[in-house]
Amino acid sequence: MYEFDYHRPDSLAGAIALRSGAADGTYLAGGMTLLPTLKQRLASPSDLIDLSAVPDLTGVTVAGGMVTIGAMTRHAQVAASDAVKSAIPALGYLAGQIGDAQVRNRGTMGGSVANSDPSADYPAAVIGLGATIHTDHRQIAAEGYFKDLFETALEPGELIRSIAFPVPRRAAYRKFPNPASRYAVVGVFVAQFDAGIRVGVTGAGPCAFRARSIEAALGRRLDPAAVDDAEIDFSRFNTDRHASAEYRGALVRVMARRAVEAMLASG
Amino acid sequence: MTVNDRPVEADLPANTLLVDMIRGHLGLTGTHVGCDTSQCGACTVHIDGLAVKSCTILVAQARGASVTTIEGIGAPGNLHPMQAAFQDCHGLQCGFCTPGMIMSAIDLVKRHDGPLDEQAVREGLEGNLCRCTGYHNIVKAVLSAADRL
Amino acid sequence: MSETGIGKSVKRREDIRFITGQGRYTDDINQPGQTIAVFLRSPHPRARIVSIDASEALAIPGVVGVFTGKDLAADKIGDIPCGWLVKSSDGTDMLVASRPPLAVELVNFVGETYGVVIAETLAGARAGAEAVITDFGELEPAAVLADALDGPQIHANVPRNLCFHWELGDGPATDAAFAGAAHVTRLDLTNNRLIPNAMEPRAAVATYDRSTEEFTLYTTSQNPHLERLILSAFVGLAPEHKLRVISPDVGGGFGSKIFVYPEETAVAWAAKRVGRPVKWTADRSEAFLSDAHGRDHITTAELAIDADGVFLGFRVRTRANLGAYLSTFASSVPTYLYGTLLAGQYRTPAIHVAVDGVYTNTAPVDAYRGAGRPEATYVIERIVETAARELKIDPAELRRRNFIQPDQFPYQTPVALIYDTGDYGASLDKALAMIDYAGFPARRAASEAQGFKRGIGFSCYIEACGLAPSQLAIQLGAGVGLYESGEVRVNPTASVTVFTGSHSHGQGHETTFAQIVSDRLGIPFESVEIVHGDTGRVEFGLGTYGSRSVAVGGSALIKATDKIIVKGKRIAAHMLEAAPEDVDFEEGIFAVRATNRKLSFGEVAFAAYVPANFPEDLEPGLSEKSFYDPKNFTFPAGTHIAEVEIDPQTGVVRVANFVAVDDFGEVINPMIVEGQVHGGIAQGIGQALLEHGVYDQMGQLVTGSFMDYCMPRADDLPSFSVDTTVTACTHNPLGVKGCGEAGAIGSPPAIINAVTDALNIRDIAMPASPEKVWRAANGL
Repeated sequence: MYEFDYHRPDSLAGAIALRSGAADGTYLAGGMTLLPTLKQRLASPSDLIDLSAVPDLTGVTVAGGMVTIGAMTRHAQVAASDAVKSAIPALGYLAGQIGDAQVRNRGTMGGSVANSDPSADYPAAVIGLGATIHTDHRQIAAEGYFKDLFETALEPGELIRSIAFPVPRRAAYRKFPNPASRYAVVGVFVAQFDAGIRVGVTGAGPCAFRARSIEAALGRRLDPAAVDDAEIDFSRFNTDRHASAEYRGALVRVMARRAVEAMLASG
Repeated sequence: MTVNDRPVEADLPANTLLVDMIRGHLGLTGTHVGCDTSQCGACTVHIDGLAVKSCTILVAQARGASVTTIEGIGAPGNLHPMQAAFQDCHGLQCGFCTPGMIMSAIDLVKRHDGPLDEQAVREGLEGNLCRCTGYHNIVKAVLSAADRL
Repeated sequence: MSETGIGKSVKRREDIRFITGQGRYTDDINQPGQTIAVFLRSPHPRARIVSIDASEALAIPGVVGVFTGKDLAADKIGDIPCGWLVKSSDGTDMLVASRPPLAVELVNFVGETYGVVIAETLAGARAGAEAVITDFGELEPAAVLADALDGPQIHANVPRNLCFHWELGDGPATDAAFAGAAHVTRLDLTNNRLIPNAMEPRAAVATYDRSTEEFTLYTTSQNPHLERLILSAFVGLAPEHKLRVISPDVGGGFGSKIFVYPEETAVAWAAKRVGRPVKWTADRSEAFLSDAHGRDHITTAELAIDADGVFLGFRVRTRANLGAYLSTFASSVPTYLYGTLLAGQYRTPAIHVAVDGVYTNTAPVDAYRGAGRPEATYVIERIVETAARELKIDPAELRRRNFIQPDQFPYQTPVALIYDTGDYGASLDKALAMIDYAGFPARRAASEAQGFKRGIGFSCYIEACGLAPSQLAIQLGAGVGLYESGEVRVNPTASVTVFTGSHSHGQGHETTFAQIVSDRLGIPFESVEIVHGDTGRVEFGLGTYGSRSVAVGGSALIKATDKIIVKGKRIAAHMLEAAPEDVDFEEGIFAVRATNRKLSFGEVAFAAYVPANFPEDLEPGLSEKSFYDPKNFTFPAGTHIAEVEIDPQTGVVRVANFVAVDDFGEVINPMIVEGQVHGGIAQGIGQALLEHGVYDQMGQLVTGSFMDYCMPRADDLPSFSVDTTVTACTHNPLGVKGCGEAGAIGSPPAIINAVTDALNIRDIAMPASPEKVWRAANGL
C-alpha cells in the first residue's frame, strides 16, 4: 500500500469536509473492495475517510411501505435483520449470499452500491425494487443511478447516507456465482408490486439494469415459464474466461425463472 | 484496542494492516497470510466477536475494538472445543489454514440459527481455503464441535 | 501400548501446536537485524534485458542493495540444475537450457526473477523494486504448447523448443497389435495445467555467520538435504558442511516445494553479500507466477481391442509442457513417472509411448501431487471407459476382463515396471458395492425426473510409489539416489529421539513414525520424539514426495530399530549372563529364552550409558542409523467411482457421490491415511471440474489469483466414501505402499467419465467448468 492519511470523522459534515479538503480523498466504508485495491497498489489516495464513526449511517427502519437501510449497515446485519426478513425477505437472502461470512461481517451496502461493481449483488435489488439512493444532498432513483462499469450518478465527494427500498408484495433473488471469486456471474432480482413486476439484473452487463423484456413477459403471465417468452439480447453482455455473453444470456433466463419460482413459492 | 483481552497501544503508519500488527508487532504468528486478494481466510480473527479477514482491515479501523486471535481462544491443555474437535476429527494436515478455519468455524457455529447440517457448514466455510484435507474432516470437526458448544 | 501401535488411528501430536497458533512456519521466523527482499520479476513472457538502472531505487532511504544476475555470476553462483537426465530415443541427451537464479540476458516467462531489492522493510523493498528502471527488448513468445514446436526458438541451444523426444515400449509389436485388432478406440485428450497453491506461500530466511563462514537457510522445502546438496554441489553457494538448511513447519507442498528455486538461492547469497539476514516471503500473486506448475499435456491415445474385448495394444503420443526452464525433476515427470505407468491395471501385451518435452514461455512445470501418474491414469482410464461405451460392454466388466490377475504377480509390464502384488478385482468389487452400482439406473431416473442428468464414471488406477530404487533411478538418469535415512537414538532414560530424512509438511510423520518406533521397541508412544527437516540435526535425507515417506523413510527406521534391538540383546545377554542368540525381545522386554531372567528396555538403555563392566567388544551407547534403499517401487492401486448430477440449464456439475477403495498395503494410521485420500480426491476433483492455469497467446498468466483460479472450496465438494483393501507390499519390512497421491491420481478420470456419461458425449476438456458443460448439455 502507498502511504495515505487516515481519518475517522464523527459527523457527516466532518466527513464531507475532509473529503473536499483532501488532495485525492476516498471514503472508506467496509473496505472489502478498497483495501484489496490499495494492497495491489492500484490506487494511491492521499486520504482515507473512514465512515464507521459517522452517526446514523447504520441500521434498518421500516416505515410507510419502505425499508430504509443505512449506508454503513454491514451485509451480515442486513441478512440477520428481523425487520428486513419480515418486510423484504428476498433482500435479506441476497445480503446473505454476498461474498463469504467474513466479507459480510465487514462489507456495507453503501460501499457496494457506491462502487457499482458489475458483479456485485446489491445493485440487482436496488434496480429490482426500484430503490432510492439518499445521498448527503439529494435523492437518486435507481434507474438513473448505475451508469456504467464502476460508474454511478454520484458526484465526486457525494456520499450515500441510506438506501430506501419499497416493500413489494413478494420478491426473490437468484444468483449464479463465479466458481472462483463467488461474485455474481449473473444475479436476478424479481419483485412483484401492485403496479407490476420489476426485474433487476446484475453481473450480465457493465452495470446493473432492468430486464424490461422479462418484466413484460411476466406482466402478461406470472409464471416461471413465461420468462422463456422474453427476448434476451446478450450482444452487449460481459464476456470473461468464466462466462461468455451468450452463456450469461442463458443464465439470466435461468436465474429469472428460478427467482420467479422462488417468489411464487414464497406466498 | 485489546488483543486477546490485553490492551494494545501502537503507533504505526496509517497503511498498516491489522494482520501485520498482529504478526509483526505483537508476534502472534498463529494468524497467517495465504493470499493477497482477501480470498483464502487464513488471516481470520474475531473483531468484537465477528470473524473478519485481518488482511483486509487497517489497524486504524480496529481502533477501540476487541480483537481475538487463535492464541486467544485456547491453549495446550486448555483447548477451545473447536480446537479439540479439529484434532479429534483430523481436521487439519499442514496446519496453515487451520487457525483461520477455526476462527471462522467458531463464528459460524455461534451465528447459525438452529442445528447445523453438513451443507450449512460447507457454505459457511466459503471464505476459507484448505488445500490438504478436502474439507471432509473439517466439516466433521465443525459439526462435532457444534454439538459440544 | 496397543492403542498407539501400528494400525491404530492415533490422534496427531503435531496438531496441538497448529490448532493453538504455535506452529512455526518460515515466515514466522525473524532474525535480528534482518532485511527484506523483493524480487524484480519479468512482466514479459520473452524479452532481452537491455539495461537495468537501479540508481533511483538505491537513493530511496532504507534500500540496502539492488542486485542482478551479473552480481551472482560475478560470485560464481551457477545455474539452477535439473536433477534428472532424460535421453531422447536417438540416444542423445535432453537439451538443457541455462537457468541462472536471476536472469542475466533474457527473461523467458512472466514472473521470472531478474533482480532483487534488499531493504530495511517490506515497504521499502517494494518501493525500491518499483523504482528500478528496466529496459526490455520484447521478443515474440512461444507461449502455447500446441504451437511451440513451430514457434519462435526460446533457447539458442534448443531447436524447435524440443527438449527431448522420449520413447518407451515396443513400437513394432504395438503396430502389429493394431493391425490385428477387431476394434480401435482413439481419443485426443488434454491434461490441464494446474497451479499447486499450497496454502503457505514459499519463503526463505537466510543468515551468514562471518566467523564460522556458515550459511543457515530456513526455507519452505519438502527436502532440505536435497536443497543443500543442489545449492552446494551445483549452484556453488557454499560447501555442504558450511550450509545448514532448515525446513521448519511447512504449510503444504504437493510437489511444488520439492524444487530448488531462484528465490531462496538469491536470498542466501544476498545474506552474505549484505552481511545481514535476508528474508523473503512470496505473496500469493508471486506464487501463481513462479511456483512450478503441474500437468499440461496434450495426448493422442489409441487402444487396440480384440473381438472379445481383450486389450491387444496401446499407443500413446504426448506433448508435455516443460515451461521455460527445466525445474528440478521436470524431465522425469512426463517420462519415467508417466510412460512406465501406461499399462495401468491391465494385461495389455504391447504398449508404445512417445513423449515430446517442449519448452514454452511459461512458468516451469514439474511434479505436482501424483506427478506423471495422474496424467497416465487419465489417458488409460478415459480410453478404457470410452472403449467400453463403443463396444457396449459394461465399463466395470471390460476392466475386469483385462485386469492382471492376483496369481500373475510379480507381473512384468511392457513398460519396464514389475508390479509386485495386487488384487484389482477386490478393490473394484468393494467400490461397486459401496456406490450401489445396481441402484444407479434408479438414481439416474430419479435425477432425470427432476430435470438433472446423472452419470457414473470409473477409474481403476495404479501408481508407482515409494520412490525409488536408487540403482534403477540412477540408471534412468536420476542425479541422486532415492533411498532414505533413519536414526534411532535411545537416550539413557529410555526416551528415544528419532531422526528421519523424510519431511512432514502435513503428512503427520511426528505421529506415524512415533507409532512405528514405539510399536517396534515396545515403549510408550509419548517417549518417542521425531526430528526432521534440519540438515544440522538429521544426517542425510531425500525428503518427502512420491508417496515415499513411510515406504522408504519408515523402512529405514525399521532397519535402524532392528539394529537397536540387536544391540540391546547383546547388552541384555551380557547383563543376564546369557548368549545374545538366547535373548528374545518382545513388547519392550529382553528375556532369556526358557528362563525367567529378563530386563526391561529402560534397564538396558540405562545400562548402555552406564556400562559398569562391559566387555571390550561391547561398545557403550544405544544409537543406530540405517539407510534403506528400496528394491522396487511400491504399487498402490484401487478403484474410484464418481457419480455426478448435472444441471443442464446452468452446466453446474455436482459430485453426488464419490467412492474410493485403495490398496495401500498395510496401514500405520488409518485416520491419517484417510485424510491423505480425502485431500488427494479434492485436488483431483479440482482438476476435473474447477482448476486451470491459463496463459493467453501473449504469454500472460490470466489465472493469477484466487479470483480467477478456482480452488475447491468446502461447498464444491461432497463427503467422500473411502475404504481400503490390503495386499501387503512384498519387498519392504512394513508391507506398506504409500497413500499420499492416490486421491489425485485416481479421481480425475472418474469424474470426467461420469460427466461424459451423464451428457452422453465422448469427451470434455478438463476442467469441466459450468459454461463448457452447459454447451455440451445443450449441443452448442
